[in-house]
Amino acid sequence: MTIPVLSVRNLEVEFLTRRSTLRAINGVSFDIAKGEVLGVVGESGAGKSVTGLAVIGLIDPPGRIAGGEIYLSGMRIDHLPPEEIRRIRGKRIGMIFQDPLTSLNPLYRIGDQIVETIRTHMNLSETAARKRAIDLLAEVGIPAPEKRIDAYPHEFSGGMRQRVVIALAICAEPELIIADEPTTALDVSVQAQIISLIKRLGRDHGTAVMLVTHDMGVIAETSDRVAVMYSGRIAEIGPVQDVVQNPLHPYAKGLMGAIPTLAGEDKRLVQIPGSMPRLSAIPPGCSFNPRCAFAFDRCRVDRPEPIKHGSHAVACHLFDTAPNENAKETAA
Amino acid sequence: MLAFTLRRAIQAIGVMIAVGVIAFSMFRFAGDPVNQIVSLDTPAAEREAVRKSLGLDDPVPVQFARYFANAAQFKFGVSYQFRQPVSTLLMERMPATLELAACATVFAMVLGILMGVYSALRRDTFLTKIFQAVSLIGISLPTFLIGILMIYLFSVTLGWLPSFGRGDVVRIGWWTTGLLTLSGLKALIMPSITLGLFQMTLIMRLVRAEMLEVLRTDYIRFARARGLTTRAVHFGHALKNTLVPVITVAGLQFGSVIAFAIITETVFQWPGMGLLFVQAVQNVDIPIMAAYLLMVSLIFVTINLVVDILYTIVDPRLRSTISRPA
Repeated sequence: MTIPVLSVRNLEVEFLTRRSTLRAINGVSFDIAKGEVLGVVGESGAGKSVTGLAVIGLIDPPGRIAGGEIYLSGMRIDHLPPEEIRRIRGKRIGMIFQDPLTSLNPLYRIGDQIVETIRTHMNLSETAARKRAIDLLAEVGIPAPEKRIDAYPHEFSGGMRQRVVIALAICAEPELIIADEPTTALDVSVQAQIISLIKRLGRDHGTAVMLVTHDMGVIAETSDRVAVMYSGRIAEIGPVQDVVQNPLHPYAKGLMGAIPTLAGEDKRLVQIPGSMPRLSAIPPGCSFNPRCAFAFDRCRVDRPEPIKHGSHAVACHLFDTAPNENAKETAA
Repeated sequence: MLAFTLRRAIQAIGVMIAVGVIAFSMFRFAGDPVNQIVSLDTPAAEREAVRKSLGLDDPVPVQFARYFANAAQFKFGVSYQFRQPVSTLLMERMPATLELAACATVFAMVLGILMGVYSALRRDTFLTKIFQAVSLIGISLPTFLIGILMIYLFSVTLGWLPSFGRGDVVRIGWWTTGLLTLSGLKALIMPSITLGLFQMTLIMRLVRAEMLEVLRTDYIRFARARGLTTRAVHFGHALKNTLVPVITVAGLQFGSVIAFAIITETVFQWPGMGLLFVQAVQNVDIPIMAAYLLMVSLIFVTINLVVDILYTIVDPRLRSTISRPA
């Protein structure tokens, strides 16, 4: 078996506040293989973005990685000194943020920003870096790149700016791209273009992609596998077809049930009652238990760990292969 | 861009005309200047002669037009107390004020930006707390008090620095400078600090607040995610964005440094325009007061214009809004 590009093991991220320590990520594990796109979905505050930031080493105080390991192509990166993780950022891991309108420094020409990034990571002359920048802009689909390279960010539309951001993220041929809601701030028509661009880049360069979004449509279209996150944990992870069509975890079921279809069967959308717990008030046991229709006694005391179930892994006591009697009765 | 500059220049001329009206009306409302010039027992015929020689018997619009035409050529009439052309007096005094204001501004900008950046980047260090304390003193103590305290400490007690005057000056053309002699430089230190301290604390606080704001923005986070060095992120990306509002404030502050120089110049008996103005006020020397008013507003208007143009150089977004006016 080949070594995955990204391997996260039992990641824990904490935020120290004056009153207490809030645990935003609580034991998250997943792998992303070369050329694979892993979609990460969940409600706001589920810990999707924090996971991405933890991987790239951009958790700022008062937050910190409290436990677990992160490996990039087999090399442990979560405890590197700042200067070394800095060298990995941008070079081996590229990141795309949500809002292209604010991701670029408004005072610098886009070419200068790309050349600056290229020259930080690659030993290239100014002219060679500029040539590479033009090639990159062409690759992400900016028309007339040799002219546009000298434009300022405000002279581009949102979709074009996101292309520039992507060019910046891939400019040093990273092994992994973390895309944090790359399409949320864009028009629907532009979204599709950006999605196919990310997909194509991943395919052409064999780049692994971690795609953080709350848009199931984007996930279904782009990802190979999907991880459903709920209050700092992965509830279910598996191939995208299986998880979308046959979700196992009650939360994942609820999430898929809440997606409107165009087929327009006059069915009410299913709603998950309640809302995700605040970080300061995560219930004991399974954090989903207060909202779960299938919860039983064990769910209120015992925290479920991910269990392999077919192609999925699901963190739910309902799928425990050594079931206790209570579970069957309640679930039935 | 050129159209924008021209438009602003025309607005500036409008402002100057308004100030000119105010300056001129001072002559009309501050009493009869003839009484200031002649002594109590001057006969009426002689008074009339003086009045005629100064052109004060002409109708008001004619006087105004004449005053304006002269002011545009930097002729501001004759000082009542010195019996010399006001423009000569101002020209003599101007280098002293401008040198003081420039030194104070450089002092304020350099230290203010350095301290501001440092205290934004190293938020919880001991040095930052000292800077904060200093800035509190600078912002709350009045200028004259700081000047007097410094004179007491460095001139009276320690005897290191002169307590008044400019020291030896060197004449270059009509300009006199104290920057080329040791005593001139020594004499500049305390007045510059006194004058610049308030601006320094202001700039420091502004830079600190702006820098903290900028460091939270997405493009700084993205710059870090691109793996740029901390140095490039802080000084290449964050600082440049911080300086946009700092330019405006620093520019406008340069104007008020010149205007506030009155107090500092009085405390240190600095032979500049401010001191001249204070003496003029004491002696109701209206031509000097009016000319000073015009000079200061000219400086303010010019600085405003320069700041507007500088803005567009730093921020490309303004350039395109200017070339496509709404």
